[in-house]
Amino acid sequence: MQIEYFQLIDRVLDLNLDGKTITVEAQVPKTSTIFEGHFPGYPIMPGVLLIEAMAQTSGWLLLAAMKFERMALLAAVKEAKIRGSVMPGEMLTIDASIAHEGSGYAITEAKIRVGGKLRCNSTLMLSHFPFPNSDLRGHMDAVARRIGFPQQALQP
Amino acid sequence: MSSTFDQVASIIAETCDIPRDTITPDSHAIDDLGIDSLDFLDIAFAIDKAFGIKLPLEKWTQEVNDGKATTEQYFVLKNLCARIDELVAAKGASA
Repeated sequence: MQIEYFQLIDRVLDLNLDGKTITVEAQVPKTSTIFEGHFPGYPIMPGVLLIEAMAQTSGWLLLAAMKFERMALLAAVKEAKIRGSVMPGEMLTIDASIAHEGSGYAITEAKIRVGGKLRCNSTLMLSHFPFPNSDLRGHMDAVARRIGFPQQALQP
Repeated sequence: MSSTFDQVASIIAETCDIPRDTITPDSHAIDDLGIDSLDFLDIAFAIDKAFGIKLPLEKWTQEVNDGKATTEQYFVLKNLCARIDELVAAKGASA
């Protein structure tokens, strides 16, 4: 996890486009300036970053479902529950599924587990649109390769 | 069974916190009711679920941007409801 760069997802563990699901892994760093302030003497992963991790997982699923021809952005947090704190160094397993596919948007359900135990869940709305430029498309392709996206998902 | 307009008006009232009695068939969702694009996504989601359809928002927006249609054709509620009825009928015909 490159937390300061908001690149939170490390690896794609499973992608099922028929079932419209994805599972990824994200290793929370042991140290970060974020933990120095959140909170001194009691470092925990900020809840907004846990929601962001679920949004990014959902976004990767949507990019794959749309053959990497469109970009997805978080539009609304319909519900989010932070059921337990996430500490520095913990390994997150994040699942997302597409609950509804609309025109230009999708609703996803996402869950974060640590050691098999549910820590957070959310219902998110993401809007999506054609990539605005080739730089962003190239960047997303490069990140997709780095986090081990199945090659067939990267083909147009 | 309530009419398409009644269902859509209730969805808008609930989603956008707009008094139900201010919503009429001649209301323009954007110009009269002040619904923005994000709230309209919420409304589209509720309509998609309620009617089992997929409102083609991107196609409509593109037609408006290209000057091929006016916002009134899609966003005045009586016209929106007519489009919904067409989509429901088309879905029923293809089922």
